[in-house]
Amino acid sequence: MSLSISLTLNGVVRDIVLDDPRVTLLDLLRERLALPGTKKGCDRGQCGACTVLLNGKRMNACLTLAATLDGATVTTIEGLADGDALHPVQTAFLENDGFQCGYCTPGQIMSAVGLIAEGRAGDDPERIREGMSGNICRCAAYHGITRAVQEATRRMAAAERGDAA
Amino acid sequence: MKRFDFVQPASVAEALQVWHPGAVWLGGGTNLLDLMKGGVMLPDTVIDINRLADLRGITTLDDGSLRIGALVSNAELADDTGFAHDFPMVAEALLSGASGQLRNAATVAGNLMQRTRCAYFQDTTAACNRREPGTGCDARGGVDSHTAVLGFGDACITTHPSDFCVPLAALDAVVEVQGPDGAREVALRDFHLLPGETPERETALQPGEIIVALRLPADAKGFAAHARYLKVRDRTSYAFATTSAAAALRVEGGVIAEARLSLGAIAAKPWRVTEAEALLVGHAPDAAPFDQAAARALDGAVPSNDNGWKIALARRTAIRALELAAAGTPERMPALPASPFADQNGDHAHV
Repeated sequence: MSLSISLTLNGVVRDIVLDDPRVTLLDLLRERLALPGTKKGCDRGQCGACTVLLNGKRMNACLTLAATLDGATVTTIEGLADGDALHPVQTAFLENDGFQCGYCTPGQIMSAVGLIAEGRAGDDPERIREGMSGNICRCAAYHGITRAVQEATRRMAAAERGDAA
Repeated sequence: MKRFDFVQPASVAEALQVWHPGAVWLGGGTNLLDLMKGGVMLPDTVIDINRLADLRGITTLDDGSLRIGALVSNAELADDTGFAHDFPMVAEALLSGASGQLRNAATVAGNLMQRTRCAYFQDTTAACNRREPGTGCDARGGVDSHTAVLGFGDACITTHPSDFCVPLAALDAVVEVQGPDGAREVALRDFHLLPGETPERETALQPGEIIVALRLPADAKGFAAHARYLKVRDRTSYAFATTSAAAALRVEGGVIAEARLSLGAIAAKPWRVTEAEALLVGHAPDAAPFDQAAARALDGAVPSNDNGWKIALARRTAIRALELAAAGTPERMPALPASPFADQNGDHAHV
């Protein structure tokens, strides 16, 4: 039984040998690959703090066994910015006070990036709230989070159209 | 988690071969890993079936029926434009369940196989005949609204938590199964078992069998213009149903020509009573036949713990789902899928 996996993590191919099939993607990132930006909240798929993009889709890293990920592409909060240039969702969270303590923020941002890619919500606040319901914010910064996702959605759509964002 | 062996078969045949008592299939893992972390499930072997290409894809067959691979994710199915057009109440049910992240991971077969959310099943210190036969049922005198009012027994009073299965039962979906003895089909309405004296037996699957696909018959598309799923829950999003209903009508010349009605979260399986559907046929879609059909669907309901209020709530949920279906399927999915707070035409509800 081979537990060697190769995955593309934040744009870099990583070959990883797992000594235990119980390792989740969340624990792999935090404890073995020195990427603690992805947070552990409930560890049971309820809070969304561990949200990453797996093959472009937002997923709970705590409910994903690392051993299943040979050939996968994973993006974490550490891989979102382009050098010092923040991702539009990161900028929008800063400008709209989309957080207080910040613990849930990486998961919120990765979930928002996934939601915007899904194209489900647009800039409709009610659809955004529904689409972000898998991310709990204990500080209740939901108002700012919703505004941040609205604004990022608009800016990214404008950038895609070729407007000055 | 307890330590386990991990295997990744390359074919369905190989998967069936490596299965043994104590092994589990890993699809999306959203329910399985949660239960393994809680010590509720302790498999010695996890068989990862995600490499099996045969279990993927959404295909229209020659007879017009739709075949959905076991590993199609809830989000992939709900977002498939053709699917949402032809089977809108199934898409609405899918989108009313779990969260965006979980819907991306969770599979259609896993939705059928998910375990009860009864608090006493998940608490390994509580008595639960479903988790550990013969230990009793702490839910009977307990505090949990995910309990049945129909089809329960002394041994177990729990419900099946799925949204997806409720409209599937209404539309006569079929489950394609493969096992050591070959392939067979099970009607979704017969797939989940009532607890009786053996609550540990939850589905019609035999040991070692695997779901390979679901099928929806072609005639189920005939309800697309008047089909809704309605879900009453503690929050407007990301909560299991307290009661739910899938209602579908085929209306011809202002009269109901055919009706389907299935209720969720009140029994260990989606609750469909064809006699209740028959009461609707030949009538204009109106309050009186809706009342009669809903009452007939709940016929025989009794409390299983302190949950008598669920009987009235389920009846009203059924009536309102029928009213929503009669008003017509909204052109766009409501902002809050299946929510009583979403306006029926898909506009905002200001909850």
